[in-house]
Amino acid sequence: MAKITLAKGLNAGLRAAMEKDPKVVVMGEDVGKLGGVFRITDGLQKDFGEDRVIDTPLAESGILGTAVGLAMRGYRPVCEIQFDGFVYPAYDQIVSQVAKIHFRSQGKVKMPIVIRIPFGGGIGAVEHHSESPEAQFAHTPGLKVVSCSNPVDGYFMIQQAIACDDPVVFLEPKRQYHADKAELDESLTLADADPLFASRVVREGTDLTLLAYGPTVKTCMQSAEAAAGEGKSIEVIDLRTLSPLDMDPVLASVRKTGRAVVAHEAHVNLGMGSEVAARITEECFYNLEAPVLRVGGFDTPYPPSRIEEEWLPDLDRVLDAVDRSLAY
Amino acid sequence: MTENVVPKAEFGPDLGEVFGPSHADGGPELVQLLTPEGERVEHPEFSFDLDDEAIKGFYRDMVLTRRIDVEATALQRHGELGIWAQLLGQEAAQIGSGRALAPQDFVFPTYREHGVAWCRDLDPLRLLGLFRGVDQGGWDPNANNFGLYTIVIGAQTLHAVGYAMGMQRDGVVGTGDPERDAAVVAYFGDGASSQGDVNESFIFAASYNAPVIFFCQNNQWAISEPIERQSRIPLYQRALGFGFPGVRVDGNDVLACYAVTQAALQRAHEGSGPTLIEAYTYRMGAHTTTDDPTRYRLSSDVEAWKLKDPIARVKAYLVRNGLVDQDFFDTIEEEAEQLGHHLREGCKTLPEPSPLSVFDNVYVDQTPELAAQKEAYAAYLASFEGAH
Repeated sequence: MAKITLAKGLNAGLRAAMEKDPKVVVMGEDVGKLGGVFRITDGLQKDFGEDRVIDTPLAESGILGTAVGLAMRGYRPVCEIQFDGFVYPAYDQIVSQVAKIHFRSQGKVKMPIVIRIPFGGGIGAVEHHSESPEAQFAHTPGLKVVSCSNPVDGYFMIQQAIACDDPVVFLEPKRQYHADKAELDESLTLADADPLFASRVVREGTDLTLLAYGPTVKTCMQSAEAAAGEGKSIEVIDLRTLSPLDMDPVLASVRKTGRAVVAHEAHVNLGMGSEVAARITEECFYNLEAPVLRVGGFDTPYPPSRIEEEWLPDLDRVLDAVDRSLAY
Repeated sequence: MTENVVPKAEFGPDLGEVFGPSHADGGPELVQLLTPEGERVEHPEFSFDLDDEAIKGFYRDMVLTRRIDVEATALQRHGELGIWAQLLGQEAAQIGSGRALAPQDFVFPTYREHGVAWCRDLDPLRLLGLFRGVDQGGWDPNANNFGLYTIVIGAQTLHAVGYAMGMQRDGVVGTGDPERDAAVVAYFGDGASSQGDVNESFIFAASYNAPVIFFCQNNQWAISEPIERQSRIPLYQRALGFGFPGVRVDGNDVLACYAVTQAALQRAHEGSGPTLIEAYTYRMGAHTTTDDPTRYRLSSDVEAWKLKDPIARVKAYLVRNGLVDQDFFDTIEEEAEQLGHHLREGCKTLPEPSPLSVFDNVYVDQTPELAAQKEAYAAYLASFEGAH
């Protein structure tokens, strides 16, 4: 058993995937010699060579566009977008090409591309380095979208995403990269891991269901702990997969608790919380004791970092929503 | 009348007028091996080294390609196609480059490469599906090493470079084995040359020395916008700024297009990297069947380009040199008739997609939520009276 960070988990997962399949190539800006600005690809170029760990020119559309060609040639590109806010130059290639080529070719061409995006805020960064663009990709048919929240998931989910024959947008909560450590049992294999496209109950409770993914899982766990001190029993679910959504654990939980709050860093308007709330309402209308509430970033551009902690949903804002739900 | 307040860009002489992105004759750099009058001419760097049988073959290819275009245009007028992107005038650029390809080479087309598709042995009927609205291409790119038509302008040039990077990793570049060495040809137009993706593809290809030929058919028009709106210098000269050679070839000269493409392919095959070919030609038809070029260009320009017709000059060469007889032309005409019949009849029998088929192939592994959506829609359809 080794204690690892999310960064180490992802690094080990990438390494394992590259060892297993020689067609896996890592590409992006600074992913080679430097090991990525967050060191997620640290040491990979040294061990796998420049043909498989490719430092690219600084052009995101170029990264995704060439990844399409590599995928057509039988490779499995893992593209790193350096920061969430830099994915937009690649948006056309992702949405119009990566997402549609399997459909356009009537299933004759697969696009097994993983698009790794460090996302979310809380690191005191300048503009364009703290965003949460997940809904834009979850809204795009043909893409699958997942987010890991902890080191062990990072290790397994990145391997599963690379093994997936469909394109996967893989969102990594950057503020968690070097934060909490977790035990990774290295004797475990992919077969032991939960499926990639599955939500998971991470804390059981009976009064209300908190739904989160990526960076807000930790926030919601802390909120549930704090609420427990006030005698409230909160269930927390790590959604893990955003497209497709795995609603069964969510619906089972809400049928039990009657209340749900969704928390994410992304803007609330048309964010993932809106879709989750709509699906809960459609499926569990008569189980609900309160409307599904959403807590998230305000519908503004991401703020200057001096006020980002106020802008981001924190423990208090999550508990405020919990209280509002319970007061119904 | 609105007064313009933005002055025309002033930075020295108009390079367009000096060097001519639209120079009447293509400028002094134009590689030409067969004049519009049908006379073979020599070029110091490029030569056509196939025999007259090959030229006869090119003639046949171009005539049949033009027939595909004529039939498809007619099918659009008859309401059988929603739209058609015409290649009229660009036959030599497409056949010359397409016939230079080795079987192991790979093509990334735009949506107008009907002649290249012909060279790759793709049944032209397959091209109609996209324009009829029964599919979005749907052929297997690996069956003929011919990618799907790409509608977003320039996006495919990056795919081409990535594919070429894959060839490098597969060890099929620079082996010295002509049966094995492979390269990619990315087709695009003068309008696409302004796209970021095309410029990024140049950068990636140069950076990795990828085996790619960027084959730009400069047909002078991007719908209504003339080449001068895209570039102040001849497009082929841009290659230099990216670090690889560029060449302007007479796009209406099938011999020159073949020779130049073959030379570029040889460079790519041996591992010497990318080449930009600007095939200088003219879009004789409209952008598509929905376009009206009379609103933005002079008919006298079109008339001038008619004198440079790519097929007429080959015909003149063949006839003047006594290389063919009337049987030759009759046989091709008969083939064209059969091809036309194949397209007219085949178009109407292209299978209609079922509404439920839209759920297929969105994913390799269909998601449970999409499966549920399909099931619900099927039940909805079945709920109507008289439904099966």
